[in-house]
Amino acid sequence: MNNWFMLTVVGKDRPGIVAHVTAALFDGECNLGEASMMRLGGNFTIMLMVQHKGSARTLLEILSPVTASLGMHAHVDKIAGELHQHVQPDVRITVFGADRAGIVAKVTGVLAEAGLDILNLESDVGGGKEHPIYIMHIEGCAAEGVEPLQSALDVVTKEGIEASLTPIDTLIG
Amino acid sequence: MALPDILVYPDERLEQVARPVEHFDHELQEFVARLDETMHASPACVGLAATQVGYPRRIAIVDVSIKPRVKNHGRILLINPEIVAWEGSVVGREGCMSVPDYTGNVIRAERISLDTHDLSGGKRHYELDGFEARAVQHEIDHLDGKLFLDRLVSRRNDLFRRKSYK
Repeated sequence: MNNWFMLTVVGKDRPGIVAHVTAALFDGECNLGEASMMRLGGNFTIMLMVQHKGSARTLLEILSPVTASLGMHAHVDKIAGELHQHVQPDVRITVFGADRAGIVAKVTGVLAEAGLDILNLESDVGGGKEHPIYIMHIEGCAAEGVEPLQSALDVVTKEGIEASLTPIDTLIG
Repeated sequence: MALPDILVYPDERLEQVARPVEHFDHELQEFVARLDETMHASPACVGLAATQVGYPRRIAIVDVSIKPRVKNHGRILLINPEIVAWEGSVVGREGCMSVPDYTGNVIRAERISLDTHDLSGGKRHYELDGFEARAVQHEIDHLDGKLFLDRLVSRRNDLFRRKSYK
């Protein structure tokens, strides 16, 4: 059975969201795959691979009682994905600086040109309201090696953004 | 003789605590030769413990010399190994032949002092750091019935290399 869907659920954060959503999916005979769930700005966000025998519509029907009661929005896409398709990142990049418009576009723009394929990006805004700090972690694959990425980061650090790069040398033992 | 299969989680034999080697005999030499061959059959593999092939004795090998730019002592034989001193801690990415298609971040000591034995029972001592020290800690964990899964730290909140404050 290869009926994978990507389920996105978003709404105001409150305790019990994951338990309620996944219980409804279990009761609806769905199988869960990989997931990323996190609280972003007071909202709870779920991105979840769900295996389901029916259609996108029937999957939404399984969820609608619980999402309605939690006041959350659900969205479902049929996907061609599969499990066991991990790509291992070989570089990790950390960026931080005083928050200002354009940091992400600037940094990811020069990195993409230097051959970075982003596998995972997480960012936060920390600091106080008066002086917000933008912090971003990126993991990815350096198609052209880490040297071009380091050169690209050297350019953005001259513009007042702190950026550091660490190769990920995965140990297989 | 066919090479032994590498056990894969959740095989319960991976949780066995391995017993010390008592006889430094021909049988031990033959086993180590087969362990070497099994490890080298997987090009990305830098270490293998006897536990991973279902032989619960305190034997493992580590060889990180295939990694470019990594300081190393060549092939290190671990027989009744003991880490006698630890220093520092560092996060690094690990995977395992016994846990396919998953890697995760694990905190390990940055530098270790290792006591071990050679095939004839003679004592050997190593001072190891970085990737090689990590590999030895990963293999000794196998001998204690532990996998890197037992030591995972969150990717989101892990430590990142920080510039020193000026």
